[in-house]
Amino acid sequence: MKIKSLDPRIERAQLDSDSQEGMNSPMDQFQTYEVFEQKKRGTHHIHVGSVHAPNAELASVFAKEQYTRRGQCVNLWVVPTAAIYATAYEDADIFETTPSKYHRDPESYKVMDRIQAFKQKQNA
Amino acid sequence: MEMTERHVMGLIEMLYKMADDQLIIGHRNSEWTGLGPILEEDIAFSSMAQDKIGQSLALYELLHELGEQDPDTVAFTRNAEQFHCCQLVEAPIGEFDFSIVRQYLFDQAEALRFEMLITSVYEPLAMVSRKFRGEIKYHVMHGKTWIEQLSKGNEESHDRMQQALNAVWPLALGMFEEGDYEKEIAEVHIFAGEKALQARWMETVVPFLSSCGLEIPAHSDAVLGGRKGKHSPELQPLLDEMCEVFRIDPSAEW
Repeated sequence: MKIKSLDPRIERAQLDSDSQEGMNSPMDQFQTYEVFEQKKRGTHHIHVGSVHAPNAELASVFAKEQYTRRGQCVNLWVVPTAAIYATAYEDADIFETTPSKYHRDPESYKVMDRIQAFKQKQNA
Repeated sequence: MEMTERHVMGLIEMLYKMADDQLIIGHRNSEWTGLGPILEEDIAFSSMAQDKIGQSLALYELLHELGEQDPDTVAFTRNAEQFHCCQLVEAPIGEFDFSIVRQYLFDQAEALRFEMLITSVYEPLAMVSRKFRGEIKYHVMHGKTWIEQLSKGNEESHDRMQQALNAVWPLALGMFEEGDYEKEIAEVHIFAGEKALQARWMETVVPFLSSCGLEIPAHSDAVLGGRKGKHSPELQPLLDEMCEVFRIDPSAEW
């Protein structure tokens, strides 16, 4: 049976509702690339998502429309997902005591008071 | 040299053909929305189609400033024979191979045309050309990246690129059909003319296509007539579809 649609493009395509054509096996996909965008020169690239693509050039072409069609961007990186080595979630305890190490946080140093006082004096 | 009525007529003729090309290829390419070969390309191709319609609006606005009807009226109330688009842009989307080769050949011509127009003495058009430079650069990049990938993919993809090129080429040559005021718009430096543009286009696309292992079709005659309102039977159904809502309710907001 042909698919009936209000969309004239679907009507023109004469699609068969029982067809298996176009049904891909799970592995029949391009590899993925992770996309990083930089909003302003000099700022960090930030991970915004991923795209499927046969190579880095097309990944870059796709990423531009996928992730920068709204808002500002000056630079894009695409990196094969396979190139990323990640920690395991079961090892998340390696980060566990970090929040209590406040001595690593520059905000906690007394010298900050003096820096603030100096800044205020400069502005006065 | 002073601008006479014939120079303005030449300018209007040129703006109409540019805007009509963009509107029609924008509408055509939007037919891929939801049907693109993969999701990412679907979005990219649809965005570019939208860009084209935006570019056409900017040019219809210039025409309005020159005393023509407002953009909606111009876009939605003319019949096929009143359009000045080349036959390349009205051809159905076909398979993706046809659409992608058309997209590249059209946008490469457009990129070169706008580059030439950046120095046009008609400043509003020079400004529009500067505004869209980056957008069109991306369109060219998109087309080139796909064609390179598919031409060098496997035997089937290479053959299909070659067949698509054979089919698109004579239509693409029709982009450069000369108007009635070529001399006028060139002598006052509005635009150097279709012949000059075609030469630059050939210098650009031929080496690229050759580097992809594609052969330029020899002895291929340009499909002409579009600029003078002679169109293929495919244009009117496209217009009927595009103008459907406007014809039901011209005041509808959508």
